[in-house]
Amino acid sequence: MAYRSLTELADQLERGETTAVELAQQYLARIEAHNPTLNAFVHCDAEHVLAQAEASDAYRAKHGARAMEGLPIAVKDIFCTSDGPTQCCSNILKGYHAPYDAHVITRLKEAGAVLVGKTNMDEFAMGSSNETSAFGSCRNPWHTDCIPGGSSGGSAAAVAAALTPAALGTDTGGSIRQPASLCGITGLKPTYGRVSRRGIIAFASSLDQAGAMTRTVRDAALLTGTISGHDPADATSAADAPDVDWLAACETRDMQGLRIGRPKEYFIDGMDPGVRAAVDAALEQCKALGAEIVDISLPHTQYAVAAYYVIAPSEASANLSRYDGVRFGHRCEHPEDLLDMYTRSRDEGFGAEVKRRILTGAFALSSGYYDAYYLKAQQVRTLIRQDFQQAFEQVDVIATPTSPVPAFRIGEKTDDPLTMYLSDVFTIAVNLAGLPGLSQPCGMVDGLPAGLQWIAPAWQEGRLLAAAAAYEAATPWHQQTPADFTAGEQA
Amino acid sequence: MSWEVVIGLEVHVQVNTKTKAFCGCSTAFGAEPNTQTCPVCLGMPGQLPVLNAEAVQKTILTGLAINATINLESRFDRKNYFYPDLPKGYQISQFAVPLVEKGYLDIPVGDGEKRIGITRIHMEEDAGKSMHEGLEGVSHIDLNRSGVPLMEIVSEPDMRSADEAIAYLKQLHQLIRFLDVSDGDMEKGQFRCDANVSVRRPGEPFGTRAELKNLNSFRFIKQAIEYEANRQIELIEDGGEVVQETRLFDSAKGESRSMRSKEEAHDYRYFPEPDLPPLRVSAEEVAAIRAGMPELPGQLRQRFEQEYGLSAYDADVLTQTRELATWYEQLVAAHPKDPKRCANWMANELLGRLNEAGRDIADSPVNAQALAGLLDRIEDGTISGKIAKDVLDAMMASGDSADAVIEAKGLKQVSDTGAIDALIREVMAANPQQVEQYRNGRDKLFGFFVGQVMKATRGQANPAVVNQRLKILLQD
Amino acid sequence: MDIDVKNVAMLARIRLTDAEATELGPQLERIVGYVEQLAAVNTEGVTATAHPHDMAMPLRADVVSNTNQRDALQTAAPKTESGLYVVPKVIE
Repeated sequence: MAYRSLTELADQLERGETTAVELAQQYLARIEAHNPTLNAFVHCDAEHVLAQAEASDAYRAKHGARAMEGLPIAVKDIFCTSDGPTQCCSNILKGYHAPYDAHVITRLKEAGAVLVGKTNMDEFAMGSSNETSAFGSCRNPWHTDCIPGGSSGGSAAAVAAALTPAALGTDTGGSIRQPASLCGITGLKPTYGRVSRRGIIAFASSLDQAGAMTRTVRDAALLTGTISGHDPADATSAADAPDVDWLAACETRDMQGLRIGRPKEYFIDGMDPGVRAAVDAALEQCKALGAEIVDISLPHTQYAVAAYYVIAPSEASANLSRYDGVRFGHRCEHPEDLLDMYTRSRDEGFGAEVKRRILTGAFALSSGYYDAYYLKAQQVRTLIRQDFQQAFEQVDVIATPTSPVPAFRIGEKTDDPLTMYLSDVFTIAVNLAGLPGLSQPCGMVDGLPAGLQWIAPAWQEGRLLAAAAAYEAATPWHQQTPADFTAGEQA
Repeated sequence: MSWEVVIGLEVHVQVNTKTKAFCGCSTAFGAEPNTQTCPVCLGMPGQLPVLNAEAVQKTILTGLAINATINLESRFDRKNYFYPDLPKGYQISQFAVPLVEKGYLDIPVGDGEKRIGITRIHMEEDAGKSMHEGLEGVSHIDLNRSGVPLMEIVSEPDMRSADEAIAYLKQLHQLIRFLDVSDGDMEKGQFRCDANVSVRRPGEPFGTRAELKNLNSFRFIKQAIEYEANRQIELIEDGGEVVQETRLFDSAKGESRSMRSKEEAHDYRYFPEPDLPPLRVSAEEVAAIRAGMPELPGQLRQRFEQEYGLSAYDADVLTQTRELATWYEQLVAAHPKDPKRCANWMANELLGRLNEAGRDIADSPVNAQALAGLLDRIEDGTISGKIAKDVLDAMMASGDSADAVIEAKGLKQVSDTGAIDALIREVMAANPQQVEQYRNGRDKLFGFFVGQVMKATRGQANPAVVNQRLKILLQD
Repeated sequence: MDIDVKNVAMLARIRLTDAEATELGPQLERIVGYVEQLAAVNTEGVTATAHPHDMAMPLRADVVSNTNQRDALQTAAPKTESGLYVVPKVIE
């Protein structure tokens, strides 16, 4: 039961084979059993979950089902919810209760979803391993000594271990796709502007985008379709975005006539040979499904990480100034004076990685350095966008590995921030260009999942879904489940 | 050798929109602390700004009124600094590309005019208020003002004296009120000025400037600039050097002090506001705003002189504010026979009385129709101008019409020659000696008789008729 | 690249102990050192991208839509008094 997709669960609910309350109970039982091992959830209020499920069953009985009626969804601790705490896995927001719902949370509630809790993440989404969380590392269900990826590691681990059938994450430089890849699930980062950012705690405003983390491509489409759409209260939310027929796109079963770009810069020395083999095999599979593989170049890819680590920290340094101990959040005990209140509250409230990024950003924007760093990075961002525009004149979609390596061990890279940053090398350019990207499982490397990344032109999520759905239908990878968490489960 | 003072002004004008720049909170003045705040203007996590269309329109209107360029694409930036009344830790402002650039204002200087360049007008949000008075070791923060839209109007360093600076500020103040883009109430902080002041020998390059903050009345601005110019001149003449710094003017002491903090020199780390795409306005929108532009003070002044034959002085007084000009035109419409009489009575009598009472034209107890009613009675000879002043006093006090006051107090002017002749005869009978002397050639006594007759009628006799009849009867 | 990490920390209002500064300084220098490879890119005449898509800002009608929510919004505040936020004395 637990390893079923949203689509399957919705069918069962529709046929009356189960109820929202029953589903909630099952997943709550799994959270209770496995979360102590995984630390995927940082907040779960069973009573409140059951109350939502009861309300959903009642709604179904009275009015019929809405788009996500009774379906359990977990959300990253970065989404503000008016019920329960929203802490962004940071000590500076410990105990914070937002007095509002994020726009996407409102959408989920209106669609009848049952929110099962808040998932673990890197503090303020700054990290690629979930190790910077103030609530401790989350663990990878495939190997609990390994990281689940980040920053949406809790959402990825929760879906992979079936503590929830689906979850929301956010993706600033790969934070949906990389953990999806490392945990063997599907993650879709929509086009920037497709999903409202209102009520999502900001990391880097020009890059952040919320998206779905699910067991199947169709589930990703269902969930993304539910949360996307124009929000007049987010000035960067697109008012005239081309529509996607979310579910119809997932009916595709072949790749006839599809031109897939294979950028040479994404198949590099230093990547894990197992991952490379898995992705090569995936592209062979695509060929067998009728696709044409076209060698392309995205020449400025090599500068993406550098540009990102100027732009994201710069925006973050300003976005995180509001945590000053005045109106909400942590304030130090007995401040000597105003300056002491600021500096000590922020010292105590922020973890080391967050401080590193704030300082990097403050430095890049400071007087005398702006042109050399910030302005330069924005120009390189333009070149990266242009690379994609030119590539999409030749191909329909681009396929790459999501992460150059499978999940690594907890603590393996914490001493060296820069090496950690480089693990996002294949996902970052997509955010800089504001494009949609999807990661899906495409193989196993020594018992750990490898991920295939699809990239499409802006607003063309339909293309991603079509290619990924065809690939998924032809391969078994999305059905793999981590053994330790499958015990006692009936198929 | 003489010194020349060089002054540039930065004026923060609160735009009089109903809601804040980036959220739907009210901007009404005087509410209980923090009752006009919301997650957006409190900078709560995940909250996003959406710009107020009205604030954009009013900034464009102001730009057009100073003959400036309207940038069809402008941008917003974040200005980063920590202050308890700045919730987000940054102010949303326009740094790199403001909405309005390169305008000017002509100000009166002596008998002529001087053109003061305006570098730019950019949009930004106001901060809240910090309160310290009477508090021990703490400050209190009220964020009702946080996010209220401002225009920052930055002049070129074109002014050469405190008087020029004041003339510029008064002109600007009058303009923004005319355009109804701001209420401009300085006591409420709706029109705030920072002055950049430096001194130099004429013809030499600009000296190092000091920025004077917290100048919240025209009087203080003049004091502060003069104090600062003298301070710099003395400093240089004593062999010292002016340092670039921000200085706070203390109006109570009449002096300024340096605000150099030990913490840091400001580094605002401006960068493009990622939550707001570029602001684009079309040429058509700008043209529509231009078409709706009200008559500006200068145009109005000129028209009043030409159309109504007013003196330059009266025209100036009556165009000080849009309300005054409108009031005057209502008065002329109701009493069209004599626009100059209208101007005299409004500028001298009515405004004088309102001024004494500390009232504004908007809450004058006598409206334009009522004042016209009074002028009609002068026109038709019912009362004399002198009596009319008393009638106006009564109207101000009671709010009654001129006719009602005249009726109630029996002030109707006596023009009936029979009645006046009788009075004159009484006066002549009572003063035979004076009659004798007058008839013997002491012409000066004529005034005495006029006075006696007027006194006898408590001023109600028509002076022209009294004059005419006296001349005849005294001859007899 | 020599970074005055204490000055940057002051700009960002984060207290750094000497030990933290000693650790963070070289890390920051390594990150910034990595970023410096951007200098190798020819960006002459290239416009800067601040927003991923070319779009214009939507505007909001000037209509009051918020009511007084002070009590609810101040429940998260560390210290308030009579509806005012309380902070250590601000020295101007």
